[in-house]
Amino acid sequence: MYTVSNRLKMGAIIMMVVGALLTAYGFFSAPSTIEAAKEMVAAHDDGHGSGHAEEAAHPMAADNHETEAHTMTEAEHDEHVFHQLRNKPWAALYVAAFFFFMISLGALAFYAIQRAAQAGWSPLLFRVMEGITSYIVPGGIIVFIILLLSVMHMNHLFVWMDPDVVAHDPILQGKKGYLNTTFFLIRALIFLAGWIGYREYSRKLSLAQDESDDNSNFKLNFRISAAFLVFYLISESIMSWDWIMSVDPHWFSTLFGWYVFASMFVSGITVIAMVTIYLKSKGHLKDVNDSHIHDLAKFMFGISIFWTYLWFSQFMLIWYANIPEEVTYYVTRIQDYNLPFFGMVAMNFLFPVLLLMNSDYKRINWFVIMAGIVILAGHYMDIYNMIIPSTVGTQWSIGIPEIGAILLFAGLFIFWIFRALGSAPLQPKRNPFIEESKHFHY
Amino acid sequence: MASHYEAPIRKPLVTGDKGYHDVTVDIAAPVEGRANKQWWIVFSIALAAFLWGIGCIIYTISTGIGTWGLNKTVNWAWDITNFVWWVGIGHAGTLISAVLLLFRQKWRMAINRSAEAMTIFSVIQAGLFPIIHMGRPWLAYWVLPIPNQFGSLWVNFNSPLLWDVFAISTYLSVSLVFWWTGLLPDFAMLRDRAVLPFQKKIYGLLSFGWSGRAKDWQRFEEVSLVLAGLATPLVLSVHTIVSFDFATSVIPGWHTTIFPPYFVAGAIFSGFAMVNTLLIIMRKVCHLEDYITVQHIELMNIVIMITGSIVGCAYITELFMAWYSGVEYEQYAFLNRATGPYWWAYWAMMTCNVFSPQFMWFKKLRTSIMFSFAISIVVNIGMWFERFVIIVTSLHRDYLPSSWTMFSPTFVDIGIFLGTIGFFFVLFLLYARTFPVIAQAEVKSILKSSGERYKKLRDAGQPLYNIKGKAKVAAAPKAEKVVAPKKAAPKKDDGGASALLSSLGTFDSSKDTADDLKLVKGIGPKMEQTLNEIGIFKFAQVSKMTGKEYDLLDSLTGAFPGRAQRDDWAGQAKKLNK
Repeated sequence: MYTVSNRLKMGAIIMMVVGALLTAYGFFSAPSTIEAAKEMVAAHDDGHGSGHAEEAAHPMAADNHETEAHTMTEAEHDEHVFHQLRNKPWAALYVAAFFFFMISLGALAFYAIQRAAQAGWSPLLFRVMEGITSYIVPGGIIVFIILLLSVMHMNHLFVWMDPDVVAHDPILQGKKGYLNTTFFLIRALIFLAGWIGYREYSRKLSLAQDESDDNSNFKLNFRISAAFLVFYLISESIMSWDWIMSVDPHWFSTLFGWYVFASMFVSGITVIAMVTIYLKSKGHLKDVNDSHIHDLAKFMFGISIFWTYLWFSQFMLIWYANIPEEVTYYVTRIQDYNLPFFGMVAMNFLFPVLLLMNSDYKRINWFVIMAGIVILAGHYMDIYNMIIPSTVGTQWSIGIPEIGAILLFAGLFIFWIFRALGSAPLQPKRNPFIEESKHFHY
Repeated sequence: MASHYEAPIRKPLVTGDKGYHDVTVDIAAPVEGRANKQWWIVFSIALAAFLWGIGCIIYTISTGIGTWGLNKTVNWAWDITNFVWWVGIGHAGTLISAVLLLFRQKWRMAINRSAEAMTIFSVIQAGLFPIIHMGRPWLAYWVLPIPNQFGSLWVNFNSPLLWDVFAISTYLSVSLVFWWTGLLPDFAMLRDRAVLPFQKKIYGLLSFGWSGRAKDWQRFEEVSLVLAGLATPLVLSVHTIVSFDFATSVIPGWHTTIFPPYFVAGAIFSGFAMVNTLLIIMRKVCHLEDYITVQHIELMNIVIMITGSIVGCAYITELFMAWYSGVEYEQYAFLNRATGPYWWAYWAMMTCNVFSPQFMWFKKLRTSIMFSFAISIVVNIGMWFERFVIIVTSLHRDYLPSSWTMFSPTFVDIGIFLGTIGFFFVLFLLYARTFPVIAQAEVKSILKSSGERYKKLRDAGQPLYNIKGKAKVAAAPKAEKVVAPKKAAPKKDDGGASALLSSLGTFDSSKDTADDLKLVKGIGPKMEQTLNEIGIFKFAQVSKMTGKEYDLLDSLTGAFPGRAQRDDWAGQAKKLNK
């Protein structure tokens, strides 16, 4: 049995406390009036202040003033900036909350695939995966609460939730049948219930299999995993349209759901590898050998390339066709978010490819950890690039609210998953493939 | 490779009581035997279709593309539909050989050879269409970016059609190299078994002088992995670029970002359907049921079910996004697909591609061979309709309602399409008669871990090197020994037989008991009788046979020349005699 060390526990709690304080500071320091916002912007970026008047192509500006000519008065612009600055701590909180939730959802997909495919190499890692997926419960609830607060107009992350905006926007009126708050929350509830339900049930069967004297739990787990994957295929796509794509409610991309999936999948696998290596370094998981780490690293490598493939497909097709309604999404990101946008591609593609290309390096634990840190940072930036441009606009920065939110949720994530890891033996006993997994040698 | 250990709940991948030599004999059998009547019938039909296709191609090229049903509005129809259909079919071969190799899926061993052959043959069909469509195929080299003297006439690097040229030629070359690499040890096996010098020569050339030394195998494994690594991105890239032919445009229904992965999933889907179609027939005709088992078919059905569901998810995503986008042209394009004049094509596509694979959730259905075959045909039809729907329904309603029209194929369109199907089957049928259709070297590599015989021996706690003959002799010796005295004394006592017996030793029925010669592989009841007539009753006699005696024996029996030597009767008998 694994017990969480006090140092790890303390570290996680300190992260949470510091993160909570910084987040609170972020909310506290957001401007409460338009004048305060003006002062903040003026103090912050002298020099290119006039440039803002031209940002008419900005999606949010376009949302508010669809029918008017693409110019804004000074007062409108100031109000706009004020809303963006008010949004900033909320957006930071949402990005981090979603990111850590997404890790556990990605790990859950990986786990379900291992079960449905009857993989022989991975059963030794099932408890690690189950530990990581345990975060889906608090993580999912937190994301849901943030969405609920958005619906209650505590923030302006989703402009389509604002009836004033919709009243002046024929496109959003056309989408009302789908983008309305009731249906939105119902969908979120169904998806969360499905994911959490599968996770808890599969975990129960996994533990029951250890004590059982036949394979019935194992077989049932195989069946529900296959069924879950169908549910997941559909729910994950719709979730990504709802929770992410709709922050930019005019923009659409059919690939978006699968693109977000690639991001969460690789993040989930990376965390599985990192937690496995950590537990091994503490003397647990004795039967997990280099080959298991090698395979996880291969998945990190392969899915990183897969992510790039989807990123490129979406980007290239929109860039090439250059249809104004679609291309504005990338115009904003390349103009206002150049470094985070392309830096994210470098972190998610170049680094994993170069670091993990060599097969020997996939067996060096600290190397996998280093590559994993780059990948996780890269995918945080990926989510950041999806949410922030549409909610904060040009007022972005990675400052106290962002770091605070990351610390807060990272602390909670670590605290929660290691607590779950300590609640059951780390090695499954009676999985029919466990011997194969122990013998696994590549 | 992974260790030999396999969980007991895994089902065997090679059924029947197969040892290493049985694999060789079974897989060489279709090549070494003669073609039967059915083969000739099917081959003639395919050849006729092929020739008809050639006729249509010649007519097209000599007269012009006007012989097709294309018109000003629908200026791309069957040609590109067939092209995409054939390229798509090829994908399963690459997936099985490359991706499943990287995922260490042992079941790929029995099907990869034929799937790769299918890939190559279908890419050849696909490549025909753009070349014919050029109108002047002798200028086909103009698509290559080569320095030229036509002024500054260069290919258009911005065009996805040019990317296709690069993608598909790369794909064909890598697939060919991958296929051939895997074939080397198998060609060498055929070479070593060949009796006629001509065949020996040909298979010797084809196997590139494979020697079977450890170094050969080490390089073989290394190059297979490298090629698998190279071919895996190809699985994605080829159909991605094919999808770019449409998605980079601004045509409603074509410009959608999900196209790349969705085309790839659709390609794998249709490819596996075609593998199922081909292999279900082949396993029956070539008696390979022990290698291409029901489990293989079941697993392929599962792949069809998964990729079919992914494709279905993409259809629904497209449909939803068309509405969600709020773009009226996009909305109309999809409304027109589902309810316009081509509604039947759209619903044929939906039924064949999305609904029909869902039957595979039921174990009974996906392990039914007839049902799998039927679904594989349905999926092939559905995937053809998918391309037709995408291409024609988006074009036939353009931005100018006065030019709205329909497309109807001419007999030339149909003839060329049927011709490629004929060509494909001509190639595949020739392949099935001359190539080892199963990667026997690879099947042997999993025999110990996944063969039924070895699984049983392991379960029984017996050593794996037990040969079948010995076990059987111990198990049922009595019945044979009772029969022995009844066996007639040598009748056919001509010169050859006595010469043979003089070197092998004679058999005295009063002192010795006859052995059951049928235990030697290659000796059936008939042959045993013949041998008995000559005067050969004992393993000890058979074990003394060398080249000279084999020749003598062949001249005496007149049946199956070279068979005794190929099956190494002497070696077998030596073991049985212990």
